[in-house]
Amino acid sequence: MAPAAPKSGDVIFASVDRVNAELFTLTYGAIVRQLITDLEEVEEVNKQLDQMGYNIGVRLVDEFLAKSSVSRCVDFRETADVIAKVGFKMFLGVTASITNWDAEGTTCSLILEDNPLVDFVELPDTCQGLHYCNILSGVVRGALEMVSMKTEVTWVRDMLRGDDVFELQVKLLKQVPEEYPYKDDE
Amino acid sequence: MIGVGKAKQYANVLDRPIGKGKQEVSLSAFAFLFSELVQYNQIQVDNIAELERRLEDAGYAVGARVLELLCHREKGNRREIRLLGILSFIHSTVWKVLFGKVADSLEKGTEHEDEYMISEKELLVNRFISIPKDMGAFNCGAFVAGIVRGVLDNAGFPAVVTAHFVPVDGQHRPRTTILIKFAEEVLQREARLG
Repeated sequence: MAPAAPKSGDVIFASVDRVNAELFTLTYGAIVRQLITDLEEVEEVNKQLDQMGYNIGVRLVDEFLAKSSVSRCVDFRETADVIAKVGFKMFLGVTASITNWDAEGTTCSLILEDNPLVDFVELPDTCQGLHYCNILSGVVRGALEMVSMKTEVTWVRDMLRGDDVFELQVKLLKQVPEEYPYKDDE
Repeated sequence: MIGVGKAKQYANVLDRPIGKGKQEVSLSAFAFLFSELVQYNQIQVDNIAELERRLEDAGYAVGARVLELLCHREKGNRREIRLLGILSFIHSTVWKVLFGKVADSLEKGTEHEDEYMISEKELLVNRFISIPKDMGAFNCGAFVAGIVRGVLDNAGFPAVVTAHFVPVDGQHRPRTTILIKFAEEVLQREARLG
């Protein structure tokens, strides 16, 4: 059977089950609040959010590949494009854009204007070092690691800190070739 | 040119428009997030009662905010003062907004005057969760119980809210019942109001 043509983000989003974004936003807020109460240190919370995002990302990429039937990406540019146009749309219902490619094509910026995680949120003075949406950076990192790309994902601009958009910098560190868990001759 | 035609940036989050609440995210995004919430709490606690309490506390915070948001948006800032009023608000409006459908049923307890039950065949939060046998009667619906408690508490109807599995004949998965037990003062006030 010929593989299905890759579907656009909108089409997939319309076909999956959806849930109210506000429930999602409020649940995420409850998680961040719990973390801040338990861990108290803002850096610890950032790390924990990143770890949670990583755990989500490694499982999310399976669903992404299953539902979107995108073909293998030729290079990192295509990967970043697919994440922004299809991935974000399919799960969060918002489209991201990619800019700021560097000369080698290994670093780019993912720009999010609309972010369902941060509706109704403002950062108090005690939490100014907090990357509220750090779970997203974990998700991207986890997902890419499962498709053999080691990346470093950092926040450049954060709307909760006064910038005009959310900007996530994704840097490809290296491509890890797939390792088979068994030897060929056994 | 970047910046032209973008939404106006509000300095204060309180000035921003609330929005119609029609935005959606995929169910799997929510399911992943909820699973991380449960997993994180599992590491923090030693026993099931504590885990349920933490999930309930997380839900309480959600409930408090949902009440404020919905009172403003759906009901034009009118407050419910009667017991049946607030129960039907939760059963219909809150459930519809959060889970996309009204709750399956709302019943009054037969044994006690102060007990009411909201039942749901399959709670959204439990859809992708299976409870291992050694966790006994643990129910992730404790999160939803927390949401209900948050709404009731902040509306002035203090109650103890818990989630239970109720096996149903002919159905493989049990249905979930949210049991609401109102505090004494609520019933007294209700009796006084006639």
